[in-house]
Amino acid sequence: MMSYELIGITVLWLFLYGYLIVASVDFGAGFFAFYARSTKQDHLINRLISRYLSPVWEITNVFFVFFFVGIVGFFPDTAYYYGSALLIPGSIAIVLLAIRGSFYAFENYGSKESTVYLFLYGATGLLIPASLSVALTLSEGGFIVEQNGVVSLEYLTLFTSPLSWSIVALAIVSVLYISATFLTFYASRADDQPALKLMRTYALFWSTPTIIAALTAFIYLSQHNERHFQNMMDLWWLLALSVGFFMLSMWLLYNGRRYGWAFICVMLQFFCAFFAYGIGHYPYILDPYITIQSGATHESMGIALVIAFIGGLCLLVPSLILVFKLFLFDADYVKGNK
Amino acid sequence: MDIDPVLWSRLLTGLTLTFHVIFATVGVGVPLMIAIAEFVGIRKKDPHYILMAKRWTRGFVISVAVGVVTGTAIALQLALVWPNFMQLAGNVIALPLFMEVFAFFFEAIFLGIYLYTWNRFRNPYTHWLLTFPIVIGAGMSAFFITSVNGFMNQPEGFVMEAGHFVAVNPIAAMLNTASPSKVFHVLTSAYLTGAALLAGIAAYTIVKKGASPYYKKSLNLMMVVVLVFSFLTVIAGDVSAKFLAEHQPEKLAAAEWHFETESGADLILLGWLTDEQEVRGAIRIPKALSFLAFADFNAEVIGLEEFPPDEQPPLVVHYLFDMMVIFGFVMFGVALLYFLFLFWKKRNELNKWLLRAIVICTPLAFLAVELGWFYAEVGRQPWIIRGYMRVEEAATSSPNVVPLFFFFLLLYIVLGTLCVIVLRRLFRNNPAEAELESYMKEMQDQAIEKGEPS
Repeated sequence: MMSYELIGITVLWLFLYGYLIVASVDFGAGFFAFYARSTKQDHLINRLISRYLSPVWEITNVFFVFFFVGIVGFFPDTAYYYGSALLIPGSIAIVLLAIRGSFYAFENYGSKESTVYLFLYGATGLLIPASLSVALTLSEGGFIVEQNGVVSLEYLTLFTSPLSWSIVALAIVSVLYISATFLTFYASRADDQPALKLMRTYALFWSTPTIIAALTAFIYLSQHNERHFQNMMDLWWLLALSVGFFMLSMWLLYNGRRYGWAFICVMLQFFCAFFAYGIGHYPYILDPYITIQSGATHESMGIALVIAFIGGLCLLVPSLILVFKLFLFDADYVKGNK
Repeated sequence: MDIDPVLWSRLLTGLTLTFHVIFATVGVGVPLMIAIAEFVGIRKKDPHYILMAKRWTRGFVISVAVGVVTGTAIALQLALVWPNFMQLAGNVIALPLFMEVFAFFFEAIFLGIYLYTWNRFRNPYTHWLLTFPIVIGAGMSAFFITSVNGFMNQPEGFVMEAGHFVAVNPIAAMLNTASPSKVFHVLTSAYLTGAALLAGIAAYTIVKKGASPYYKKSLNLMMVVVLVFSFLTVIAGDVSAKFLAEHQPEKLAAAEWHFETESGADLILLGWLTDEQEVRGAIRIPKALSFLAFADFNAEVIGLEEFPPDEQPPLVVHYLFDMMVIFGFVMFGVALLYFLFLFWKKRNELNKWLLRAIVICTPLAFLAVELGWFYAEVGRQPWIIRGYMRVEEAATSSPNVVPLFFFFLLLYIVLGTLCVIVLRRLFRNNPAEAELESYMKEMQDQAIEKGEPS
C-alpha cells in the first residue's frame, strides 16, 4: 500500500494541476478581455467570457485555497519555511487575488463597465501566475536560507536568477495558451464564429512562446538543480508524450476542427509535463529542507485527511459534474438562450 | 523606534479578521433568510417573497465576493504571519481546516448554480432545493472553523512531548469541549445578524419612503427570525458562560472583574477600575455571577488571583463582554416589542420610533459579533494555544509585517468602500416596487409563451 504522505502529495499535486488549468482559463481570459477592449474587439468575446466565468470564479478560487490548506495540513513544515519566506510575495498575491475577486462581484453584478477595472482585471491575470510561480522557483532550493532559526528569502539571488525569470515567463505564456484554447473551444460550442476566429488566432499565436519558454526553463533548471534535471531526464517518455500532445493540439487547432479534442490535448500536454516535473522533484518539497517523509504530519492526521478527502470528493465530483452540465455542456446556455 | 513584529502580527491578523467577520457573518446568516423567503414565496404563491429572495441574493453575492477574498487572505496569513504556530498546530488542526475548505467548495459550487438558474427548472421547488447545500455548506464552514478556534482555547486530542504534539487524535481535537458551545453561539448570532440586517433595511426604507406591501412583508418575516434567534443567542451565550466558568475560569473572571475566589459571587455591570484594581461606579447584582456560571446562587466562582500575573487576560475585556451582552438583550427586547405592538391592536407596529430602533439593531448586531470575537480572542491572551504556546513564540520574526499592515489596511478600506458603493448603486436605482412590476410582466410573458392561461 502507498504511504499516506505519498497519497497526500499526489492528491495535492492533482489539485494544483486542476488549479493550473481552471485558473489559467480565468487569468488568461482577463488579459484577452482587456486586450480585446484596447483593440476594439471586445464585443466579440466579452459575452463569451462572462457567460462561462461568472458562475465558476469562486470554484477556481477554492481550488487554490484547497491546495494551500492541504499542503500545510499534510506537511506542516511547509508552513514554517514557505510561510516565513513568502510573507511579502504571498501578501502581494493575496492583494492581486483580492482585486480580481472584487472585479467579478463589482463588475458583473454591480458597477458599469470601467476601463480601469478591466485593466486591473487583465493585469492581475498576468501578475498572479507570476507571483504564484515564485513558490515553484523557491522549491528548487538556494533561495531560502535558514540561519540561527530565522528563515529568510534571498531576494537578490531570486531576482538575478535566470531560472526564476524563465519560470515566470513560462507561467505567463502557458496561461495565455491554455486560456486561448479553452475559449476557442467554448466559442465553437456557442457557435460564435467571430469569437472563434479571434480566439483561434490567439491560441495559435501563443503556442510557440509556450514551447520556447518550457525549453528555456528546462535548460536553466539543469544548471540550477542537477538532481531534479536528471530525475526528469529519466522520465523522458513523459516529456516526450507532452510534446506529442502539444503537436497534436497544434494540428487540431490549425485544421480548425474538433476544438474540444484540441483543448483536451492541451490539458494532457500540461498534465504530462506537470507530473514529470513533480515526480522529478521527489522526495523534496523544499530542497534541501523538507522532504515528503520528514515533513509529513502524524500518521493519524494523515489518514484522517485522506479519509476526509475521499468523503469530500464524493460530494465535490457530482457537484462539479452538475456545474459542467449546466454551464459548459448545456448548448442552450452556452449560446446565450438561457 | 524599535519595532515589535509580534505586536504588528497581532494587529495585522486582528485587522483581517475584524474585516472578514463582517462578511463571514453575512455569508453564514443571509443564505438561511434567502431560503426562508423563497420557500414562503413558493408556498404562498406570492411574488413578493420570491423577489425578496432574488434581491437579497444579488446583494449577498457581492458580500460573498469580499468574504471570499478576505477568507483567502486569512487562510494564507495564518501561515505567513504565524509560521511557528502552523508548524506545531497544523499537526492537530489540519483536519477541520481542510474540511472547512470542502464545505466552502460545496457552497461555492451551489451558489454559482443557484444564481444562474432562476428560471431554468419547471418545478419551483427544484431551484429552492439548491439553497440547502448553500445553507448547509455555510453552516458547516462555520462549524469547522469555529472548532479550530475552539481547539486554540481548549486544546485537546494530543500528548505534548518535548515541544511536539504526539499521539494526535484529530477527531478529539476537532470535537473539543469548547466546540459545541462556541458553534452554537456563532451560528445563532450569525442568523440573528443576517435577519437583523435585512429587517433593518426594510425598516429603514419604510421610515424613508413609507410602507409598501413588499417592505411590510419583508420586515414581518425577518422580525420573526430576529425574535427566534435573539432568544436562541441569549441561551447560547448562557451556555458559553457556563462553559467558561468550568473550563476557562480566567477568561470569565477577567470579563467579570472577579478577582477573588468566592462563593455567592456578585455580577458586575460596567463601571471602571482604580489603580488598585478597585471597581467603581458599577452596578452590582448580588450572587448573580454564581447563578449564571453554575445555576446556583452560592456556587464558588474562581477569581483571577488564582492565576499568575503573566497568564491573566487584559482586564479591558470586561467592557467588550458587557457591551456584547447588552446589545444582545436590546435586540431581543426590540423584537419582543415589535410583536407586542403587532398583536396588541391599539399600537401601530410601524411606529416611527420602533422602526428606528429596528434600524439601530443592525449595527448593534454586527458590533455585538465583533465585540464577542474580540472578547473571545483578547480574553485568550497571552496564549495562542491556551496553556501550550504563547503568542510571542508563534509570530513571524520578519519586520516586514509593519508595512504589510498598512498595505492591507488600505486594501480593506478600498474593498469596503467599493462594496458599499456597488451595493448602493445596485438597490438605489432599482426600487423593489419597480422591479416587482417588471418581474410580474416577465412571468406573464413566459406563461403566454408556454401557452398557459395567465
